[in-house]
Amino acid sequence: MDTPFSIAGHSFRSRLMVGTGKYPSNALMVQAIEASGAEVVTVAVRRVDLDRTREEGVLHHLDPKRFFLLANTAGCYTADEAIRYSRLAREAGFNDFIKLEVIGDQETLLPDVDGLLQATRVLVKEGFSVLAYTNDDLITALRLEAAGAAAVMPLASPIGSGLGMINPFNIRTIKRRLSVPIIVDAGVGTASDACLVMEQGVDGILMNTALAAADDPVRMATAMRHAVDAGRLAYLAGRMPRREVAVPSSPLSGMLGETPPGR
Amino acid sequence: MTQLTITLNGERRTVPAPATLADLLDHLSLDARAVVVEHNRSIVRRPGLATTPLAEDDVIELVHFVGGG
Repeated sequence: MDTPFSIAGHSFRSRLMVGTGKYPSNALMVQAIEASGAEVVTVAVRRVDLDRTREEGVLHHLDPKRFFLLANTAGCYTADEAIRYSRLAREAGFNDFIKLEVIGDQETLLPDVDGLLQATRVLVKEGFSVLAYTNDDLITALRLEAAGAAAVMPLASPIGSGLGMINPFNIRTIKRRLSVPIIVDAGVGTASDACLVMEQGVDGILMNTALAAADDPVRMATAMRHAVDAGRLAYLAGRMPRREVAVPSSPLSGMLGETPPGR
Repeated sequence: MTQLTITLNGERRTVPAPATLADLLDHLSLDARAVVVEHNRSIVRRPGLATTPLAEDDVIELVHFVGGG
């Protein structure tokens, strides 16, 4: 039996969390999310389109009673901006959770860890449950935990890159050294990436582009659901040790032409 | 009936006056339950919308949730 997956006192039925961005259509997004089995889905805060020429809000397509909406601060480049977006998100009235992103660089979308720590401290004081998107860096992760983050979300590789997990050692170290849930966020490209991430023993994984940009998002979402379960199970099962020499699986004795012992 | 000029989601707009934030949402055919209102950098909760008057040069942001990762 696995332990329940919970963050800040909320238990979630799936360790797979998914985004809602960049799908070819809203219908496909909904189908993919259903197929993924995810309960936590991320959303972004943006201006209402007053001319109604662009998309309507995501809540026209997703039932907030069936999914746990996790708002993000994607697109924010300063602590102040991320704090402002967090407050607006909370005001929408669903929960106190925020997936906190403070981005430091436009090309790599890597986090600004200084701004991230600053914003975490302020938001924790205001009663938010902060899930902090960060580098796969132990020291920052420890500081985020000390600042009161409800979960730490190290990247597998840059957002939308699909490069998979660049540094499993760092991910394992962060998991081993922190007490709060560790959710790997960003960089997963395909099912084997997700499986490998979960095999490191982290508590969960969040992905968006791997589903939205797949040729068949619904099929990929199904694959990801299985991959996350498989990776989690393999982690709980405990893998065999690695050896650099072969060890036979079949008996060495009883071969034809062998002289039986003691004759 | 006079008019007010406000900055609404980054655009200068004229709206009928006098008006409250609730009137503004009505004027835009927006459901108050589906948007969050920021008035001169302060969030106005739903019960406050009908009692907050608009003034010349107010800066209003109307936001909601969209798809994101």
